[in-house]
Amino acid sequence: MAFAVKDCALAAIATGVRAHNLRELRDNLLTVHPGSIYYHFWGGLLRPAFENREYMNDFASWSWKAHGLHDEALAERLSVIDPTDFEDLEELRQELVEVTSDRLEESEKLRLLHADRPFMFIRSQIVIFDTYAAIEHPSRFPMAAPMMTPSSFFFHFIDARSRTKDRVDDFREWLMEYGDEFRPLIDRLASLDPYFIPLAELKEKIVGIFAGYFAGETV
Amino acid sequence: MSGLLEAYAKVAGEDTISHLRQLSSTLGGMKVVHVNSTREGGGVAEILCRLVPLQQELGFDARWEVITGGKEFYQCTKGFHNALQGNPVVVPERLLREFEKTNLENAERMKDVLEDADAVFIHDPQPAPLIKYFPNRKGKWIWRCHIDASQPYRPVWNYLKRFVAQYDTSVFSLAEFSQSLPHPQYIIPPSIDPLSEKNIGLPEDEVSRVAETFGLDRSRPLIVQISRFDRFKDPIGVIRAYRLAKKFAPGLQLVLAGGGATDDPEGGIVLGEAQEAAGGDSDAHVLLLPADAHRTINALQRAADIVVQKSIREGFGLTVTEGLWKGKPVIGGNTGGIKIQVIDHHTGFLVTTPEGAALRIRYLLLNRERREEMGRKAREYVRRNYLLTRQLREHLTLIAGLHHGSEYRIGMG
Repeated sequence: MAFAVKDCALAAIATGVRAHNLRELRDNLLTVHPGSIYYHFWGGLLRPAFENREYMNDFASWSWKAHGLHDEALAERLSVIDPTDFEDLEELRQELVEVTSDRLEESEKLRLLHADRPFMFIRSQIVIFDTYAAIEHPSRFPMAAPMMTPSSFFFHFIDARSRTKDRVDDFREWLMEYGDEFRPLIDRLASLDPYFIPLAELKEKIVGIFAGYFAGETV
Repeated sequence: MSGLLEAYAKVAGEDTISHLRQLSSTLGGMKVVHVNSTREGGGVAEILCRLVPLQQELGFDARWEVITGGKEFYQCTKGFHNALQGNPVVVPERLLREFEKTNLENAERMKDVLEDADAVFIHDPQPAPLIKYFPNRKGKWIWRCHIDASQPYRPVWNYLKRFVAQYDTSVFSLAEFSQSLPHPQYIIPPSIDPLSEKNIGLPEDEVSRVAETFGLDRSRPLIVQISRFDRFKDPIGVIRAYRLAKKFAPGLQLVLAGGGATDDPEGGIVLGEAQEAAGGDSDAHVLLLPADAHRTINALQRAADIVVQKSIREGFGLTVTEGLWKGKPVIGGNTGGIKIQVIDHHTGFLVTTPEGAALRIRYLLLNRERREEMGRKAREYVRRNYLLTRQLREHLTLIAGLHHGSEYRIGMG
């Protein structure tokens, strides 16, 4: 039950699609490439960033920020959408369309408001590759993980939630193969919210959780 | 690990290099060629002179070719450059004929190299028509635009688009620069090379020696703008900002320095305008530096208290990245790639007018601690996001993407 370490690289591709107001955002969400939904939900964690994110996806950020729509209610509702609640990107797209449509119904002002800067729909292309490294047993994780790149953590801890059966990260899925042996460790990993933390910090936290567990720390 | 990769690992981190090696291994030693229009001067040449050796060390058969042309060719391409940045430039038919003729001649010279390559990166408009002379090309062709083409002058863009549309993909530095084209448009910001003469750490005595050479007094504050002498870099606006700030900081000194580039015939005129504007002020230094004065530029940036890049249009602004990397707060024009590098109130300040620049200069000169704090943030921001290794990774991702169609998830190796 060795854990095969993979890594990934994300490319950003302009779609040429822009939204200047909420109606255009909603209308474009109906048809935009699914890679764009992925990019604006998860890609932010791999992109250059200076500070921790205030909102967990780009749609929410644009709804609120200075050059966007200045609509706090919409930003909050979009921000609370957890992409792991949805079967696939198409279901997630539907949720986004519903939230933006509801807000359009509610606010006459928003129907007329133009943002200073348009929302630029970008889509992602994710390239996944083997590192040919493997971790033989969970107890070896604290020694092996520091060699893994932040993008490898992105792939196993964040991207995994969009592709695994139970919408969990790859580390938990691996630990579950051992039955209940590592249940407390699984629970500790489950309590780590990855969406606001820069990747390098996320990596440190995950390694810390494994190291603490195997050093016998209690929660 | 080879020498060059080992050296980068020390700056960018072992994990970054390991990531590059693994990604490269899935691409199996492809033949990659870069083509631009100048071997030295300007950001593109600076990137290529290190990117290509790095690709070679990662196992690619990588080459860098340069197209050559006469005076009229460069006159024409300078017109394109200005037009892509929004100036209404009418390029005479005679120059367009020369432009295409020059590209045909270069295509014939580079035929064997380009026809067989797996990936050909054509940088900026100068060599863009090459593609039409390679109907039997084997690999993927990529047009890499380094210019702020967010609002191009349409007649010129429509002319260039005839060539660009034939490529397999294009690459822009920012999403705002992308255009309506019939192929995918990747977004890849450029980067700086931390090991180049322009960015490597320098001993303090060397910085002082360079400052002394130009008559700068290191006990007094200094602001520096490094850029080509180009109206889009607003050298006159920088001089005005300096004059406004100097009223409140009488010891203030200014350096406006730049090299010439072989593909920029307007540089001399703009240099003359800047010299005239600065005339009679012994604290305002307008310096034309040789194209290879990288270490001098490095020292001037390190001698500065504040780096300025008050451009009114900008592709990406690698001089901003260089200033940030040296731990300096940057006062930058609120345009193009400067907007994603100068994080307002964190790594520097974004301004739109000489008056705004003067205000921020005065504030930073008064607040040493704030300057140092911004400088620390600035260096770390560049280390994480704008070093050459990040750009190389994105080039490799693009190559992988192009060879695997349009799926959004690609499994390799």
